[in-house]
Amino acid sequence: MTTTPTATAHRTTAVAARATELSKVYGQGETQVVALDRVTVDFRQGEFTAIMGPSGSGKSTLMHCVAGLDSFSSGSVRIGETELGTLKDKQLTQLRRDKIGFIFQAFNLLPTLTAAENITLPMDIAGRKPDQEWLKTVIDMVGLSDRLSHRPAQLSGGQQQRVAVARALASRPEIMFGDEPTGNLDSRSGAEVLGFLRNSVRELGQTVVMVTHDPSAASYADRVIFLADGRIVDEMLSPTADGVLDRMKEFDSKGRTS
Amino acid sequence: MLRTALRNVLAHKARLLMTVLAVMLGVAFVSGTLVFTDTLSNAYSNQSAKSYKDVAVAVTTYPDLENGKKDQGIDARTLKKIQGLDGVASATGRVSGFAGVADPDGKLIGNGWSNTGANFEPGANGEDPAYDFTDGSGPAKAGEIALDRATADKGEYRTGDPVRVATNGPVKEYTLSGVFTTEDGQVNAGGSLVLFDTPVAQKLYLTPGHFKDVTIAADSGTSEQKLLDAVKPLLPKEAEAQTGKELADDQAKMIEEGLSALNQVLLAFAAIALFVGVFLISNTFTMLVAQRTRELALMRAVGASRRQVKRSVLLEAMLVGAIASVVGFVLGLGLATGLRSAMSMFGAKMPAGPLIVSPTAIAAAFAVGVLVTMLAAWLPARRAAKIPPVAAMSSVHAAPTTKSLVVRNSIGGFITLLGAAGILAGAAAGKDGRMLIGAGAFFALIGIIVLIPLLSRPVIALVRPLISKLFGVSGTLAGQNAVRNPRRTGATASALAIGLTLVTGLSVLGVTMGRAVDKMTTDNIKADYMFTMAGGGSLDTSALTALEKVPGVSALSPQTAADFELKGEWAAASGVTPGDVERLINVTPVAGSLDSLAEGAIAVDDKTAKSRGFKVGDSLPVEWADGKKGKLTVGATYKGNEFLSPVLIDQKAVVEHQAKPYIREIWVKTDGGASEANEKALVDALGQNPAISVMDQQDIRNQFGGMINTMLNIMYGLLGMALLIAVLGVINTLAMSVFERQQEIGMLRAIGLDRRRVKTMIRLEAVVISLFGAVIGVGLGTFLGWAIGQTVRDQVPGYALVLPWDRIGVFLLLAAVVGVLAAMWPARSAAKLNMLDAIKAE
Repeated sequence: MTTTPTATAHRTTAVAARATELSKVYGQGETQVVALDRVTVDFRQGEFTAIMGPSGSGKSTLMHCVAGLDSFSSGSVRIGETELGTLKDKQLTQLRRDKIGFIFQAFNLLPTLTAAENITLPMDIAGRKPDQEWLKTVIDMVGLSDRLSHRPAQLSGGQQQRVAVARALASRPEIMFGDEPTGNLDSRSGAEVLGFLRNSVRELGQTVVMVTHDPSAASYADRVIFLADGRIVDEMLSPTADGVLDRMKEFDSKGRTS
Repeated sequence: MLRTALRNVLAHKARLLMTVLAVMLGVAFVSGTLVFTDTLSNAYSNQSAKSYKDVAVAVTTYPDLENGKKDQGIDARTLKKIQGLDGVASATGRVSGFAGVADPDGKLIGNGWSNTGANFEPGANGEDPAYDFTDGSGPAKAGEIALDRATADKGEYRTGDPVRVATNGPVKEYTLSGVFTTEDGQVNAGGSLVLFDTPVAQKLYLTPGHFKDVTIAADSGTSEQKLLDAVKPLLPKEAEAQTGKELADDQAKMIEEGLSALNQVLLAFAAIALFVGVFLISNTFTMLVAQRTRELALMRAVGASRRQVKRSVLLEAMLVGAIASVVGFVLGLGLATGLRSAMSMFGAKMPAGPLIVSPTAIAAAFAVGVLVTMLAAWLPARRAAKIPPVAAMSSVHAAPTTKSLVVRNSIGGFITLLGAAGILAGAAAGKDGRMLIGAGAFFALIGIIVLIPLLSRPVIALVRPLISKLFGVSGTLAGQNAVRNPRRTGATASALAIGLTLVTGLSVLGVTMGRAVDKMTTDNIKADYMFTMAGGGSLDTSALTALEKVPGVSALSPQTAADFELKGEWAAASGVTPGDVERLINVTPVAGSLDSLAEGAIAVDDKTAKSRGFKVGDSLPVEWADGKKGKLTVGATYKGNEFLSPVLIDQKAVVEHQAKPYIREIWVKTDGGASEANEKALVDALGQNPAISVMDQQDIRNQFGGMINTMLNIMYGLLGMALLIAVLGVINTLAMSVFERQQEIGMLRAIGLDRRRVKTMIRLEAVVISLFGAVIGVGLGTFLGWAIGQTVRDQVPGYALVLPWDRIGVFLLLAAVVGVLAAMWPARSAAKLNMLDAIKAE
């Protein structure tokens, strides 16, 4: 082993997104709330990262800031080579459109569009022609070939989330963000969706960052980052559901005693 | 329940604002109309009471000047007798008639209908009590006149200036002896008044030594009635006497009747505005109820009954209606004041007076405002009551009611068919079909409104590919969003559809009629000029002789009202110049020859000949105006038209029996056609008489066409109200859509739709909905215009339906603008949506 004994096992691979000294503060004076407190973190290409932490820990805020959905107070965020802090809304929108894929907990799809139209929506917005071969690969992977002309209301929750995964993948983004993507699903559908996310990393070389509070969901990731009170407090590589759960309990009891 | 309702009103201020605005506009219109007409009626009554203040008894006669009977009116002897009666303070003889004053440019001051001349009759003190001189004094000799203040100001005349005055004879120049003010109603309404020395006025308007009217003032202590009884026996039998009070009352009543027509027209527009408003209000409450589904379900869960829920919604509507009524009423007062100044700006001077706010106006405003709002909220309230208590527990966002539209569509289809059948039947029935069309139109409109949700999908589907192509994703999404909730789209489009149905219908009719009049003029008039007297009076015979002498006049004919009975029945006959008349106006003989006119025969138009059974060669008994009897032969029949009387006779024959024939118009054809030089020669020959108007063919066309245009413009102005409410409706719908689709818009923003395109999306949705309403309205309006046109086509020769494409284009463009304007605020708020709030589940 020639690597230094740190958690950064894939040091040689490029970084897809990086937050440096990232802080996010709400309000002023006495009512000030620090949501993120000088967080520094790298999300490497081809890695599936899960962000965990109790509610109010800042895990969603971290993801929103890194994904260009929310502004931050200080520090810097980079997606690939692009520094987000200096971008105007318009440029940010374009960045999200062209380089980032999103999967939300709910309301991922436009009810008026068919599954196929929903999948190509980001490219339609950009006015680009989708790469048909890639599109086919993605659709086959999530197993939606026979549901393409259905509207969201005609699909089950799991199927809807699979459409969302396909949409996020379709434009071949530099990085994909998921905000509790399985939060509204039963465990079987959830496992399916998480499987697709892991496959997209393993087989298609995508980069995925997912916020979750479910230890078994986190176990699909290559790496788990734990947040508490706006800070990164721990990290776990090749996590298992039990390992994550134990770690969470630890924080919980610490939090209670402190 | 009241507390809940009140809280809800306060909690949804912004949303209810739209409803308040809609109700407010309607109420403002209603109360403005009522207050305006009340105020006007009061001012006019005060005015007439004032002008008859000093009149205890008024005597009037109706002299028949045309047949030259002597000794008409009240002679000086009778006046003397009246003056000598007990209790008479003064008795003043009056004569009056037309007198037009020329301004320094030779143009008539005033509009011709209210240019009066009268006599100045000083009492013992040298003053005429009816007139207050502010400058100079009354006319004392033949060459002098006095003018009312406003007319003198308009002509910039000062005492001592020469003033040209036209009466029914040639123009004459007089010296201005003084300027006066008066309480005379006509003068206060903007008319002009010229005062002559009494002998001059008598000669002009009656016969020397005679008066047309006598106004009598009573000594204090003598009752009007007693005086009336004393005066009556002294009067000739054709004279009428009334007390001053009766006169004032009569006049007030006449004004009231005149105003009630105006009242009805304005109220009709208020009704349209309110009708359109109902959709907006109903829409708002539907949305409020949908938005509060869980809240209402919670109320049901904790024990509120259906009735209570329904009542709470209705109570909310009542509160909103009441608030809107108060604001609307205040706005209506402003509107009434504004209307008055607007009308005086257009030259209709109105007597001044305080704003009259009657209890009826207040009650009507509130009844209308509150009832309309509650009526509109009734369906949404029912829907609210049907929300099951479990809805409180469900966590899903309440889906819009996707209840089947089958029942609604069947009913709508039936009503529409019924209406369309009525319209078609009415159109087929010709001029008797108007009632049928009216009823049909009403049903068709209602039916279409019921059907509008059904129509929205196919109609909007037509434009969706186009906007997708033009605007990309924004266009595609906007097109889909526009048909997402057909009920809401329908209700929104209805407001515009109703307004545009009326506007288009009127435009089609107006433009068609205008074109028909144009065609009629072009087809039938060959003359270069037509001369008429201002105010519809008779031209003097001197005008006829003067025009005849103008070099270059190649044909000339008057149309003189000939007064005789043919075969025991009065005939609307005109004296014309034989030989010339057919060169001036299109007279196509059907049988016989028009040359026979010169030999003393008459010509009859085909319709009259048919209805009275006259044939060429018939010899008909005639009784002339002077009582002489004889025979007239029918020499020809001709195809009648709008510009010719149904019976024609040689002008000479008319003059023989009528001393002062009534010359309605003179037609002239000149060598070289209408030209500036020819017109000048003719006008000069008439002594540049300001009271005679000259019209060439274009002027004649404009006279009718202009009237139609003015009417259309007024209608457009009033229907603009409906448009305004439609804008509010579109804003309302869009705001609601944006609110409902927060998450969706947030998601779109997150995956890369920029703000500009979010705005475009909302704007396009508004434009699509607006245009949809407009297309429905324009279509229905055109159909209606056609149908009504069918009922009048028999009466309008040369009728041909004209579709005013330019105007229709403007309407559609306007609808698109309405969409863009209405989308301004909702689009901005959609673009500003915080993505994170939007995408957070619940």
